[in-house]
Amino acid sequence: MPANDGSDRLHESGLDGEDAQRVYRYMLLARAISEKSWLLTRQGRVLFTMPCDGQEAADVASAYALDADNDFIVPYARSLGAMLVKGMTTQEVMLNMFGKAADPNSGGRQMPMHWGHKRLGIISMGSSVGTTIPRASGVALASKLRGQNAVTMVYFGEGSASEGDFHEGLAFAGVHRLPVVFFCNNNGWATSVPIGLQSAEPQISKRAQGYGFPGVTIDGLDPLTVYQAVKTAVDRARSGDGPTLVEATTIRMMPHSSSDDHLRYRTQEELDAERQLDPLPRFRDLLISTGLLNEESDQTLRDSVDQEVEAAIGYADAAAPPDPATARDRVYAP
Amino acid sequence: MVEKRLIEAVREGLREELAADPDVFLIGQDIGINGGVFRVTEGLLEEFGPRRVIDSPLAESGMVGVAIGAAMNGLRPVVEIQFADFIFPAFNQLVSEAARMYYRTNGEFAVPLVIRAPYGGGVRGGLYHSQSVEAYFAHVPGLKVVVPSSPHDAKGLLKAAIRDDNPVLFFEHKLAYNTVRGEVPDGDYTVPIGEAVVRREGRQLSLISYGLSVHHCLEAAETLAAEGIDCEVVDLRTVSPLDTVTLLESVKKTGRACIVHEDNLTGGVGAEVAAIIAKDAFEYLDAPVQRVAAPDVPSFPYSPTLEDALLPGPSDIIRVARELAAY
Repeated sequence: MPANDGSDRLHESGLDGEDAQRVYRYMLLARAISEKSWLLTRQGRVLFTMPCDGQEAADVASAYALDADNDFIVPYARSLGAMLVKGMTTQEVMLNMFGKAADPNSGGRQMPMHWGHKRLGIISMGSSVGTTIPRASGVALASKLRGQNAVTMVYFGEGSASEGDFHEGLAFAGVHRLPVVFFCNNNGWATSVPIGLQSAEPQISKRAQGYGFPGVTIDGLDPLTVYQAVKTAVDRARSGDGPTLVEATTIRMMPHSSSDDHLRYRTQEELDAERQLDPLPRFRDLLISTGLLNEESDQTLRDSVDQEVEAAIGYADAAAPPDPATARDRVYAP
Repeated sequence: MVEKRLIEAVREGLREELAADPDVFLIGQDIGINGGVFRVTEGLLEEFGPRRVIDSPLAESGMVGVAIGAAMNGLRPVVEIQFADFIFPAFNQLVSEAARMYYRTNGEFAVPLVIRAPYGGGVRGGLYHSQSVEAYFAHVPGLKVVVPSSPHDAKGLLKAAIRDDNPVLFFEHKLAYNTVRGEVPDGDYTVPIGEAVVRREGRQLSLISYGLSVHHCLEAAETLAAEGIDCEVVDLRTVSPLDTVTLLESVKKTGRACIVHEDNLTGGVGAEVAAIIAKDAFEYLDAPVQRVAAPDVPSFPYSPTLEDALLPGPSDIIRVARELAAY
């Protein structure tokens, strides 16, 4: 009885039907932007991108467990889905891709997919991975000291978990029982280096024990599982019980970035097999089984997403580039 | 006004800012119950409690990373790095994150952060408790670097640093903590970051320095005056951004310049000051620009005979000043 099974799973996750439809649309939107951005780099219209294909369930459903108005996200370069849930518009994402003056992330100063948006509570990231992890503990420390009822969620890959800052950031959060969720997207690859060369213990979540708080490993390809686990972690953080390390096992369907060729270190067979695990068709099938979606409404949704992305590309492409006269501005705050 | 030691002036600055602004908090190793290894923060945990004075894990990068995050969410952290020598694990957080946050977010996110660290030799601290590290950070756009020489400036500059919306590195000479005394006004005042001051007026030679070395310059200037060499002493106070106006005015007046610092010679602040003088005061110069600095040795070695052989002091300044006066 697949229909009942899907409904039960949905009910158990804590998401209602409307939530599930929204999550699905965000996943479709993240995929469409990621795919379009890749094409734009191939056409030479955009200079760089970092695809998130395969991580939409993890990114979208985890961010969906936050209070978008009050909580903080410390992102990493594959957090596109989470950025959309947090309130970044497709237009803003495309302004970032094209490095335009009106890009709210950096006004064209950082490479694409390097997020930061003060009004939306998205704490700026650079390219030096792992530095974000103690930063998230610091954002959460400030929330605690200032009496903000806010949770901070920091996203990173399993490669970043090899950085010393991972250890230092988690240790501090554990000591002070800070309202923070450490969300590790474990796709098995740090650019070309597989998990087996990062750590003799492939399960990152086990490390949480060493910092005195819970760690869980979940199926990052299933948005219901992700939402449920992250909601538990967010509730725990908000109620003052401290951090959680959530490790979502995901897949990386595309190369590390538009500058990378993953066939140098992965086989086509392996990639083809991984593509079978794509979280999007899996979630679509579940929604269809529950009656929340049918072939027709799915197509309507996809068309609306494609139109939104195309319109944003047109808008961003035509937007003004940063004025070269401003290249030396804002080195120091006044 | 009461005469105070430099360490007392720093503590007073911290206490007043903690009392005045609930967003200010301190974080560092041993700064709480132990009051800091130099006792700079003595009594502050008792006065302000463990939420405002936080004993950090032994992790400089994490500590600075946490402070950056707290600063980006509305607080004004003051980090103590126990010795300037131990700042390097946090170098990436400072250079890749704090320094460029304002630039990379196009002015959206500022990082109001102070990093305090005792620096300098002469205390038999060996290779890892004696270094001057200001030049590494003076190179980095987005950071400010302050090195006070007097108790008055230590308090006033520290208050200015805490109120500044940029990351400020604040280096305190550990030998100066208890040996340098001076008048410190009670209550609130600031000394602006980026302004040098002439400590002694003179006509023939500009000695340009900062931190404890300023006192070596003043001592040397006394001896040189008795020989008829009239030195001006310029205290930079801030090594980034440099007050080029004050230092150039002095050199244009005297026609001779010697930059003095305890940091080693190559790539030091003295090199930058010399380049500024060479470009903007070239036609006023009567002699080559000279530098008195530690030789290019990794840091001051432990044994007193070895350290004393390398520490630049008044006698080195006097020797170079005589050469310049005779040029």
